[in-house]
Amino acid sequence: MIPAPFTYQRAWSIDEALELVARGGEDAKFLAGGHSLLPLMKLRLAVPEILIDIGRLRELSYIRDDGNHIAVGALTSHHDLATSGLLASALPLLAHAAGQVGDPQVRHRGTIGGSLAHADPASDLPAVILALDATLVARGPSGSREIGAGVFFRGLFESALEPGELLTEICIPRPQPGGWSFQKFTKRAIDWAIVGVAVQGSSVALVNMGQTPLRASAVERALASGAGPADAAAHAAEGLTPSSDLNASSGYREHLARILVSRALEESVSRA
Amino acid sequence: MKVTVTVNGSQVAAEVADRTLLVHFLREQAGLTATNVGCDTSSCGACTVLLDGQSVKSCTVLAAQADGCAVQTVEGLASGPDEMHPVQRAFRAEHALQCGFCTPGMVMATVSLLAENASPTEEEVRSALEGNLCRCTGYHNIVRAVLAAASERRPS
Amino acid sequence: MSILGTRVVRTEDPRLLTVGGTYVDDLRLPELAGAARVAFVRSPVAHALITGIDVSAAREAPGVIAVLTAADLTDLGPPPPDDGSGGSEAAPLPLGGPWAEPLLAVDRVRYVGEAVAIVITDDRYQGEDTAELVSVDYEPLLAVVGADAALAGGMLLFPAAESNVAVTGGAPADGAAFGGCDVVVQRTIVNQRLAPVPLEGRAAAAQWADGRLTVWVSTQNAQISRFVLAGVLGLDPGAIRVVAPDVGGGFGAKVGIDRDALVVAWAAKHVGRAMSWTETRSENLVGMTHGRAQRQVVKIGGTRDGRILAYRLEIVQDAGAYPRMGGFLPFLTRLMAAGPYDIPHVEAASSVVVTNTTPIAAYRGAGRPEATAAIERAVDLFAAEIGMDPAEVRRINLVPPGKFPYSSPCGPVYDSGAYTEALDQVLAGAGYQELRAEQALRRERGDVLQLGIGLASYVEITAADAEGGETARLVVHGDGTATVYTGSSAHGQGHHTAWAMLVEAELGIEMANVTVIHGDTDLIPTGIGTYASRSLQLGGVAVHKAAVDVKEQARLIAADMLEASEADLELDTERGAWQVRGDPASSRTWAEVARHAGDDGLAAAVNYTEGQPTFPFGTHLALVEVDTETGKARLLRHVTVDDAGTVVSPVLAEGQRHGGIAQGVAQALLEEMVYDDAGNPLTSTLVDYAAITAAELPSFELLASETPAANPLGAKGIGEAGTIGAAPATQNAVIDAVSYLGVTHIDMPATPERIWAAISGARESQ
Repeated sequence: MIPAPFTYQRAWSIDEALELVARGGEDAKFLAGGHSLLPLMKLRLAVPEILIDIGRLRELSYIRDDGNHIAVGALTSHHDLATSGLLASALPLLAHAAGQVGDPQVRHRGTIGGSLAHADPASDLPAVILALDATLVARGPSGSREIGAGVFFRGLFESALEPGELLTEICIPRPQPGGWSFQKFTKRAIDWAIVGVAVQGSSVALVNMGQTPLRASAVERALASGAGPADAAAHAAEGLTPSSDLNASSGYREHLARILVSRALEESVSRA
Repeated sequence: MKVTVTVNGSQVAAEVADRTLLVHFLREQAGLTATNVGCDTSSCGACTVLLDGQSVKSCTVLAAQADGCAVQTVEGLASGPDEMHPVQRAFRAEHALQCGFCTPGMVMATVSLLAENASPTEEEVRSALEGNLCRCTGYHNIVRAVLAAASERRPS
Repeated sequence: MSILGTRVVRTEDPRLLTVGGTYVDDLRLPELAGAARVAFVRSPVAHALITGIDVSAAREAPGVIAVLTAADLTDLGPPPPDDGSGGSEAAPLPLGGPWAEPLLAVDRVRYVGEAVAIVITDDRYQGEDTAELVSVDYEPLLAVVGADAALAGGMLLFPAAESNVAVTGGAPADGAAFGGCDVVVQRTIVNQRLAPVPLEGRAAAAQWADGRLTVWVSTQNAQISRFVLAGVLGLDPGAIRVVAPDVGGGFGAKVGIDRDALVVAWAAKHVGRAMSWTETRSENLVGMTHGRAQRQVVKIGGTRDGRILAYRLEIVQDAGAYPRMGGFLPFLTRLMAAGPYDIPHVEAASSVVVTNTTPIAAYRGAGRPEATAAIERAVDLFAAEIGMDPAEVRRINLVPPGKFPYSSPCGPVYDSGAYTEALDQVLAGAGYQELRAEQALRRERGDVLQLGIGLASYVEITAADAEGGETARLVVHGDGTATVYTGSSAHGQGHHTAWAMLVEAELGIEMANVTVIHGDTDLIPTGIGTYASRSLQLGGVAVHKAAVDVKEQARLIAADMLEASEADLELDTERGAWQVRGDPASSRTWAEVARHAGDDGLAAAVNYTEGQPTFPFGTHLALVEVDTETGKARLLRHVTVDDAGTVVSPVLAEGQRHGGIAQGVAQALLEEMVYDDAGNPLTSTLVDYAAITAAELPSFELLASETPAANPLGAKGIGEAGTIGAAPATQNAVIDAVSYLGVTHIDMPATPERIWAAISGARESQ
């Protein structure tokens, strides 16, 4: 219920955040909205000794139209994403998916950067930014670098961020004209997706079908070779080994992936 | 560390352990016990308060994160001892509480919902309250109360 | 115009809404100033010998006051004598003898979550840190999980008992019973283990001072708690005061005093410092008792034209690691096994086994939901076998109106009922024919989304322990206000409002001037408390009788004051004044009459023990929509009749029905406490235990029906009825949705995967 003891530090600028995390080393973690990290700490599944609160870095909360791409600050809350007029017209997939994360209270605090850095394959936004071919921008002691979404998610709770790096921006290319869909299958509305599907045009990404969010490559190949939604969806689980857990067997996940990809593609086509 | 939070309009300053949860700061340092702890996985919403006007689960916020911010709890809603807030009035009128343990969080979640969506449908209300568990009421009357409070607030 | 039966808002609410209730963790009393915090060290393994406990590191941690284990429990009262009644259903309290349960584990742990030690610290945060420093050496034993493993007996939880079967009861199978049946159907079904999940978990605080122990505890029964504390601690009950503050839900799991709360009370006395304990939700999900957990074999037989001739129910009750109330629940299940049907031959048998899981006790319905779920599944299986509408099968077999009071072959006598009327009312209210037509249309079209219509007709026993009675003391003060001291113990039910309504109805003293007090043994030494849906028909009747008594005392006094004969005196309940009949100018107020009675005002105390169990009844109809591709079921509508006799407060009765329905639907679709084969609980947080939310439920359609009981209020109990009807109706609806695909049964909870698997399985075998 109560986190193990730690030292709290607060950063008032990006530079200060980088300086504090460099000093803290492997004992230090960034605290953004805290809705991925604090629950783990309260169950003592994570015991960082130093927490660096970056929640005051308001300069990292923005949604900006940069012409051929949309720039989203890493500390933008799910609520702000879900209610953004700009995203509703330019990136409705992201706006809609952000509105499905957790519940309203979680969405007021949780941030896109926090969610992506946490790299939980069962979270909604990692698959969405994978489907959107986003580029993530990270700042570290030696400056900024760009990481493609396709290589950002390394493994279960493992991202490409190096120690001492802070995710600052998610840069999303404006999609080609086309449809989109987000299908999230749960037992209860509040639950993490048992399986989820994010579609943007002909990009299809999967939630909770592996250790990371995954592109449904076999589906995409089928679509590229002219298959219709239903036929392409039949390939949804190809080459994948989803887990069996309390909420679903791997066989059921594979089945759901096929159904949800089919529905997502149909819905996307209807919106195109 | 020293944390200062404006709670229901009054400044509360205290020296607390860094790991102090906001809900405990409110219950202990601010002395306001209406906000309850119902779980340890941010699931139940009993601890819901407004932080700078937005509903949050105060068990998943460190007091330190609320330093310098404004918090409103259910104790800060009524404008006087005999003047309940429209949401509180609606909860009473519709029998939307039984044991009362989830109620402060449920009320604050409702206040936040109506601030963001003045005319929710029943489906939107149920969806907005998916992070607030109640074991007594079956939610039926809570939904009625939220809809009643919404229609009371709407200019006619 | 009596206030009874009218819609009255609750008197409890302004306080709860504006400053919040005062639950145990909110207490800021002088007696608890500086109270130490108690944290428990609990077993992380399901079954093991304890070969060592090392508290040395813990004892040196900052803020530690004491670290205590079973070795320190040397100053308890003597254990109850083993009168040899162990293993019998006559002993509903925890079984002693070889099944005895220690307060803190001695040399063996039997479930994950069992208390092994307590850590007492200055503050709550330190408690959690320090508990981690207690080092316990466990030598794991094979874990016994599930009825089969328990029955096989390869590993015994209690070697001295020589068996894992703690209690058996009921009738052996009668070979001839099903002889005359054209059709016999048998099925094994599961009534799964549930967690009660009251929003407030277990909590207690205690102070020992001047030879007196005061215990504040989140309980449904302050007086019973005091009795148990006296026995366990070896104290005179007069030296103990138990207070139930506001209680954040109970649902049967807070009956009496929790065993961990006993440890807290003991610690306050042992250490000589006030103690306070509030469990976390993770502790609650393994440390508070669970509910249900029956494996049932139902066998039903009858004629091809729908008449049920015989029914047999066999139960294996998983009692968890220690047979507490779990040993007694199947007795209640067998009592109500026949349901609301007139079946010539009904038999039931049960055995109770222990397993390395959390102990089982009462949870909303306590044994009776299991009975209804079993027979309602059986009726649907029978209906499917003979190809008859399940509504029609019910109509044919429900106890008809002329047969009340009805002697069930299982023992109880159902007092009053209108079972077929309830069924017809629900079918009409739901538009049953239209629903069946829509279902047929969707089947013909081959829609992905199919409709299922499920029924459950039930009768339930409330105030099963009516002979225990309930108390009420009513005082009318010299200022004209009144105070009710009630033995009942509301934890959300709104008794303060209802009892005030009863006083206003009888005496004309306005509700706003009636204070109701409960749950303090210093003020109310005798009482039972609230469970078994008993409080209105026993506690409320006691209040009513006390009011009548006060009224008759007042009549004499007013007659004296007005120098008239008692026969000419009348009470104007509209004005709350006594007067000579036909002469309003002669009126005397309650204040005046009470002052005339003396310094103590008017008072009457009632211990109402003439009550009888009563039998509310009803029918539920659930309409679900199943996505046949994903298996996900959604409850679209839930229509009910829950007839609990005369309704004193429609508002409160509806609230009880709503809450009950939600918990029943939750069992049917979502919730289950799951253990793996090693006895590890897999659903030990609210992320994994799927407690139902507002998003999974529709608004409910409650229909009105009142068939009075024999008591002065005409009231039966409503608290548990909604749950009893809702689970089987919803389960039957899910199965009905996919029955056309060949599915005949799906166990609760009917999760999406289970429904999908049933559909796939049925398709494969066709």
